[in-house]
Amino acid sequence: MVSNLLILYEAPPLALQLLLDGILIGAVFALAAYGMALVWGVTNIINIAQGEFVMLGGFIAVAFADHGLPPLFAVPVAAAALYGLGWVLFQTLIVHVIGRDMFNSVLATFGIAIVLQQLMGRVFGGADRIVESGLGTWSFFDGLVTVVQVKVLVFVYCLLLGVALALFLGRSRQGQAIRATAQEPRAASALGIKTRQIYAMTYALNAAICGAAGALAANAYTIHAYSGLSYTIRSFMIVVVAGVGNLAGVASAAMGLGVAESFAGFILGTQYQIAFVFGLLVAVLVFRNWRLGRQRRTLQ
Amino acid sequence: MRRVPVWLQGFGLAVILTMLATGGGAADEVITLGAAVSDTGKYALNGANTRNGYDLAVDAINAKGGIDIGGKRYKLAIRYYDDESTPARGTELAERLIKQDGVKFMLGPYSSGLTKAILPVVEKYRVPMVEGNGAARELFTKGYHYIFAVLSTSDQYLSSAIELAAENAQKLGKAPSSITVALAMENDAFAQDVRAGVLDDINRHGMKVVIDDQLPLELNDMSVTLAKVKALKPDLLVISGHEKGAMTAVTQIKALKVYVPMLALTHCDSAQIAEKLAEASEYAFCAGQWHQSLSYRDEVFGSAADFANRFKAKFGYEPAYQVAQSAAAVLIYADALVRAQSLEPEKVRDAIAAADLPTFFGRIKFDETGKNVAKPMVLTQVRHGKYVVVAPKEWAADTPVIPRPRAIAVDGALSPL
Repeated sequence: MVSNLLILYEAPPLALQLLLDGILIGAVFALAAYGMALVWGVTNIINIAQGEFVMLGGFIAVAFADHGLPPLFAVPVAAAALYGLGWVLFQTLIVHVIGRDMFNSVLATFGIAIVLQQLMGRVFGGADRIVESGLGTWSFFDGLVTVVQVKVLVFVYCLLLGVALALFLGRSRQGQAIRATAQEPRAASALGIKTRQIYAMTYALNAAICGAAGALAANAYTIHAYSGLSYTIRSFMIVVVAGVGNLAGVASAAMGLGVAESFAGFILGTQYQIAFVFGLLVAVLVFRNWRLGRQRRTLQ
Repeated sequence: MRRVPVWLQGFGLAVILTMLATGGGAADEVITLGAAVSDTGKYALNGANTRNGYDLAVDAINAKGGIDIGGKRYKLAIRYYDDESTPARGTELAERLIKQDGVKFMLGPYSSGLTKAILPVVEKYRVPMVEGNGAARELFTKGYHYIFAVLSTSDQYLSSAIELAAENAQKLGKAPSSITVALAMENDAFAQDVRAGVLDDINRHGMKVVIDDQLPLELNDMSVTLAKVKALKPDLLVISGHEKGAMTAVTQIKALKVYVPMLALTHCDSAQIAEKLAEASEYAFCAGQWHQSLSYRDEVFGSAADFANRFKAKFGYEPAYQVAQSAAAVLIYADALVRAQSLEPEKVRDAIAAADLPTFFGRIKFDETGKNVAKPMVLTQVRHGKYVVVAPKEWAADTPVIPRPRAIAVDGALSPL
């Protein structure tokens, strides 16, 4: 551990490398997490199938690359396809668990996750896949800091998608309806908002966001039919830390998580990377609880 | 109720009697082998390789007339279950195969972890298990009597890569002890065993380990480890993390422009890195249990190349060594059943223990712990999208290229290699 710190001390540009890697992978987490926060906030459903949506988007990009099509064109296609899938899943399954105990929805979406995993395994095979984007790499500091261009492109895409989403929710009528439904579904319904349609749209929108994230991620990170869970877990952690209904919070928590993982992996060793992040989550929750407790005492 | 006419009754009886009389004689009897192999989950890909290898061998043996025991002809068949790549399910299914389905001969699952989960069950019921996909040394140190592995153990996987590095240093007039090594090994029984084997060789030569990372099981990004590699510039980078590790490593080493003079990996051919990522994987060294260019032969399949051709014709892709070692496990049963001339598990077990069989996969002879000690590992190097055997010397098709040409990456590392 000390020796790893010494490396950073002797070669400070490496810290920049770790920071960049963290932020770049954090952008992908941010998208998946934002989708999760949206669904959680509006429909009170924790979507466990989040990671599987991401992987499915990734496989669509892989299929594009296999057929000689430019993989980045797969992003809108994946988003559209996943929107459709999300809509169908909502109308057939999720609609039955909405408004019920959260445990029901966790079970239902867990089931969806398993079915999607198996289907992807059947259709796309059990192999690990990655898309070769054909883009290059920028080198700085005599090669000590290298920035993979496709990761930057993924980052920019994620940023644009995030901004578009914020505008949609903030400015459009549909976005307003979504926010109204999240705040008070019965009042929204009384004012003529078709809440069931809003729920369906939110769930489908989340699937589309995940699909786009996956189609982007497949250009830089390996995907596999059965490894969606790591995206689900990270999304969950980010939302727990940032809270639902807070786009800026989710984005900064996601990138903070990416950076924390990078540095923890480097300094403590990769075996402690995930453990450190979970430790951090516990620390955040304990701190929150303590702060809430203090507020409560002040109120009394 | 209308009575069935007498003539029809008589006819029916005759049919039944004929069937009973000829049932045993005309159609061959079947010996069923049992296997719980991953069809879904993390190991789905190599689970398929394992099944395809088993099936090819069963087909080949049956096509040659099956197995002759006491003048009776037996065909082989396999009963499969999907262990979903989880050890608990594997244990459950092994129990089910033996207790409910009455299977008396087991074939192994894919991976050391799942093999380990099944071993206590086969020991308990005293049923032999021949496996081709559990390589960790710990499978053979617990005093089990019913496991037989046709493959070399994982500590031997990358030994020859370390030897090559040492030889090369000497050739350049430098001491092998001046070589620095980086290790990035997955946190599972198999890869940690590869690490232990590599460490033995490293220590023997007095080389220095500068990075010793354990990769998480859910790995899809290695950039942290590679940042360290960039800073410390080791001469040799050794990575083992199943297919995902191999694929992530070669893609990111290329993308992040990390230069290492020697890169050694496991699971290259099952991950198809040479085929799918030809440029990125060029000149990487890969550990293999088997290669189709080797000069081994047997009576069922012919040469190693014949095996590969037969496999390609049936399944439409190049066989990874996981396929070959699975097929070899079935050959061991065919040989042992004939020598035992019995279907008693205990007698067959003893026949397996006494096996000394030349196969297309290499010679197979078990030591008292049940591992094959007659077949060496091979080391290949990726050249223009193909795996070329470079060690051991007697099978080498070409000499190894060390260091990786710098054009592959740009960094200027100083190295004794």
